[in-house]
Amino acid sequence: MDNIALYEKLTAIFHNVFDDDEIVLTPQLTASDVNGWDSLRHVRLVVSVEKGFGVRFAASEVGRLKNVGDLASLIAAKVS
Amino acid sequence: MAHSLNLESLFWLPKPPPDFGQRCRSIHDGNSVGQQLRELASYDLDENQLNRLANAIVKARREKRSLLPLAPFRLGILSNSTTDLLVPPLMASAVRYGFDLECVVAGYGQVVQTALAPDSTIHKAKPDAVLIALDYRDYPLAFSPGNGEAAKTAVDAAMDQLDAIRGGIHAGSNAICIIQNVAPPAEVLFGSLDKVLPGAWRGMIEALNGRIADAIAGTKDILLDIAGLASMVGLANWHSPEEWNLAKLPFSSGYTPMYAEHVARTIAALRGKSRRCLVMDLDNTLWGGVIGDDGLEGIQLAQGDATGEAYLNLQRYVLTLRERGIVLAVSSKNQDETARLPFRKHPEMLLRENHIAVFQANWNDKPTNIKAISEELALGLESLAFLDDNPVERALVRRELPQVAVPELPSDPALYVRTLSAAGYFESVTFSDEDLKRADFYQDNSRRVALQNQFTDLEGYLQSLEMTITFQPFDETGRARITQLINKSNQYNLTTKRYTEAQVASAEDDPNVFTLQVRLVDKFGDNGMISVVICRKAAADAWEIDTWLMSCRVLSRRVENAVLQEIVNVAKDRGISQLTGRYIPTERNQLVEYHYEKLGFKQTGSEHGGITLWELDVDVAPTESIPMKVQRHGFAMAASVG
Repeated sequence: MDNIALYEKLTAIFHNVFDDDEIVLTPQLTASDVNGWDSLRHVRLVVSVEKGFGVRFAASEVGRLKNVGDLASLIAAKVS
Repeated sequence: MAHSLNLESLFWLPKPPPDFGQRCRSIHDGNSVGQQLRELASYDLDENQLNRLANAIVKARREKRSLLPLAPFRLGILSNSTTDLLVPPLMASAVRYGFDLECVVAGYGQVVQTALAPDSTIHKAKPDAVLIALDYRDYPLAFSPGNGEAAKTAVDAAMDQLDAIRGGIHAGSNAICIIQNVAPPAEVLFGSLDKVLPGAWRGMIEALNGRIADAIAGTKDILLDIAGLASMVGLANWHSPEEWNLAKLPFSSGYTPMYAEHVARTIAALRGKSRRCLVMDLDNTLWGGVIGDDGLEGIQLAQGDATGEAYLNLQRYVLTLRERGIVLAVSSKNQDETARLPFRKHPEMLLRENHIAVFQANWNDKPTNIKAISEELALGLESLAFLDDNPVERALVRRELPQVAVPELPSDPALYVRTLSAAGYFESVTFSDEDLKRADFYQDNSRRVALQNQFTDLEGYLQSLEMTITFQPFDETGRARITQLINKSNQYNLTTKRYTEAQVASAEDDPNVFTLQVRLVDKFGDNGMISVVICRKAAADAWEIDTWLMSCRVLSRRVENAVLQEIVNVAKDRGISQLTGRYIPTERNQLVEYHYEKLGFKQTGSEHGGITLWELDVDVAPTESIPMKVQRHGFAMAASVG
């Protein structure tokens, strides 16, 4: 999966999780930039990404994520 | 063999439309807000979609819009786990059952305190019911291998804790308690010995669940069988150590839709909203095949045959539903006599006429028939569930009668029972003598009721089906299926002439024969070849319609009108001005007695045995718009025909 396709799929998941179809993903985007990205929403995001991409994350991997770019790299490493 | 049911989904519900999120945000004033929400709740929603719907509910409340006809229900929730993620899915799932659900949640780790303090948030909210959602981690079940006395003391202590919570709820707000039993962990200590050795977890949790059930029986409180749900989906799926570690989720969030659905249906059952009547289609629903075409010997309904067993299994389940008081009815597109034949004569058929309260077998649309069943039984439409293998019929009933529950059915009939069971339409919180007697009360005399005027907007529905009809002359590819249809079709068959494959092949390049094989695709899929026509040159400018047959699966979709238009167009093109046809009655084809009359033919005579003769002048043949796209293939090859 190339980066564009990955971001496209990830964007759809973000829209669904945050109930906001206006969110535009950039690698620099962090939780503080998105309305409603609290710890509970984060759990739903992680689970939705796991399901959407058919991957599993370890807690240590999730804990290291700082922004959307980190998340995208983690997904890319798992699906490749 | 892998089965196709996704247990993380609400697989008996139809998939949501692609613009679901958009529709959640654009709830409008035009129609009842409550009804729009309920429509959106009727799909197989995942956790995120349930949250989107919950946002729409919250927004409508904030804007002070009326959510009628949704009925308010206030639910207290006591749990030591993270319940904030559960509240929006619970609200959205309750809408599916017609409730405007307000949740009042106790503070994290405050279960006993909240239950016991008279002025706690939950008691102050005066809830209609309180969900006690504890799991194995919340009970003091100390591990004491081999020590039966200690194990009993531990289970006693767990029950004492639950009794205290229950007593607190009853004293503080007099609410009904919905008490969850306990899903055992997926892991074991010894192995199988866990079930034998006193003081191991498996045995203690089993004992606790038994005690919980005993304590609830005969009281106004209700059990929520989460142990049963978890074992159905598998304990190792249900419990997610990752998600527990990450956010203290008491079970894997993939099962949130299923969990919320079970809570919602329990609330519905509590309010007496369980369904009471199951309306069933017949062909390919209660048996394999089409009784009108395949006959008593041809339908699949036999022990020892895998497909036949699947249908028998459904019949067995339906009979047990009847025994617990569910009224049975039939709605089938069939001739009445034909449809009753398996009930009367098939040796392996388990359902008999005396099990069926109302038996509607006719050629009218199903919404009209289901409405008649509802009126005859004096059971509201919201008391009915309708089982049909045909997606077109299901969608029509959902569209015209949204109150009726219509499950999606998997393609394999082996999974019908599991689907019907998982849908939970007949979830009840009590079982009484009255339930046992209900079947008799409704006099299961398999009666037929007269139909009121048809009210269904069929034309509008047909437009929505996105049908494409394809016409082709006979060819080698279609030959086997054409021959099969010619030799199998009994109902929608004007002359019931049978031909061998060799005869069909010879028609392919006979210059005096015009042939059609017709296929139909709609938005639910490809129906395959659904009609066959053979016209023979009877005079220089006349065709006699030798064979005209159609699959009953596409009845009432104006396929016959489209076929006639095609015949007329080709006829004109080839200098034919007259079409003649005949109806030869058999025991099974009463359905098409008026076929030619309905299509605008004039009767020119009749012959011995009830045969009627018909004629149409192609120049005066009605042209009308028909709700389907037309495609033609292969006619260049047959250009010389005619």
